[in-house]
Amino acid sequence: MSSLIMIIVTTALVNNVVLSQFLGICSFLGVSQQKKASLSLGLAVTAVLAVASLVAALLYQFVLAPLGLDYLKTIVFILVIAALVQMVEMFLKKNAHAIYQSLGIYLPLITTNCAVLGVALTNVQNEYTILESVVAGLGTAIGYTVAIVLLAEIREHIDEEAIPAPFRGAPIVLLCATLMAMAFMGFGGLS
Amino acid sequence: MKAYWERIYNGIIKENPAFILMLGMCPTLAVTTSAINGLGMGLSSLVVLAISNVVISLLRKVIPDEVRLPAFIVIVASFVTVVELLMEAYMESLYASLGIYIPLIVVNCIILGRAEAYASKNPPLLSLFDGLGMGLGFTIALVIVGSIRELLGAGSIFGIALPGNFEPIAFFVRAPGAFLVLAVVVAIMNAIGIKTRANKVVEGCDGCCAKCGSSSCDKKEANV
Repeated sequence: MSSLIMIIVTTALVNNVVLSQFLGICSFLGVSQQKKASLSLGLAVTAVLAVASLVAALLYQFVLAPLGLDYLKTIVFILVIAALVQMVEMFLKKNAHAIYQSLGIYLPLITTNCAVLGVALTNVQNEYTILESVVAGLGTAIGYTVAIVLLAEIREHIDEEAIPAPFRGAPIVLLCATLMAMAFMGFGGLS
Repeated sequence: MKAYWERIYNGIIKENPAFILMLGMCPTLAVTTSAINGLGMGLSSLVVLAISNVVISLLRKVIPDEVRLPAFIVIVASFVTVVELLMEAYMESLYASLGIYIPLIVVNCIILGRAEAYASKNPPLLSLFDGLGMGLGFTIALVIVGSIRELLGAGSIFGIALPGNFEPIAFFVRAPGAFLVLAVVVAIMNAIGIKTRANKVVEGCDGCCAKCGSSSCDKKEANV
């Protein structure tokens, strides 16, 4: 049990997927203008990450590893993720229309979100069991959601500030991310 | 012949994927702790980009439109796996330092973006040069960011230590340093009047994964 909690702390805070692993930067910078949208994206990523880490771990342990097809993992994982995103989308559309309305537009973006593939591959690298993989997926998703919602909060505040012209747009967002990454470095002491 | 050189120029200067289009930000930030890592990552992406562009261009009339994205992903993923295996066999130290970011070339927006925006509509030779140009542009960007970070963070460049008594600022090879260096580089480009599409980054779907993102938007619309 304590090892599972350790995995959550490590993946969510110490090795934060965005601020220290640099995965999912695209959506982190792209969809962090409003807090509401970023929270929706965070939840969508959480759903996909949890399911994707489970399916990837199952496939790896019961199909790829026994057959010695380890080298196919990149291809298999990316296809599984693409298919999963489609399925999550279809499922939500049918059974939870309200959630679908708010998450819908972000779901296709998640296929190219490298955080999802990154976690699946890291789980294999760390030789996690299936349960540990799912927990790592959830921890990563928590870290992603925390980071993107925090950035959105900051961006809503700096919107009205007088920023020097060259720093408007991407540079000021990257500077905010710099400060957040420095803050998250502090979690390094936890591990 | 002119059209071919135009593709190279376009990739390196006019539409530099990292600095102008702001694509492929994950490797740009993650593996640029040293100039040599940036160069290795850039060249691996270049190889994958050029070969997959040619193959996708050759198959552009065979692949049905509805399944083109999964088809592109499989093609790109195959070449990434080839590059990964070759690297593991012949360049072990680089393989170790780039680690998980090599398989992640698959989800690099630049590659799927070029497949979707260029290779699937143009003949193979032009697509090859487009891939080479974009790959070179990306490599140059990674080497620039990597050199700045290595210079400030480790006091060396391409592993060669600077003369004199320079106290390296380890901050720059840590995670926040990556964000800071990129922020300043983009700000300098803004200040001297090079138009980045950086401001588009904030527009969600058509920002980040400009090309591949928008293609998933199309897909999305088709589903609705």
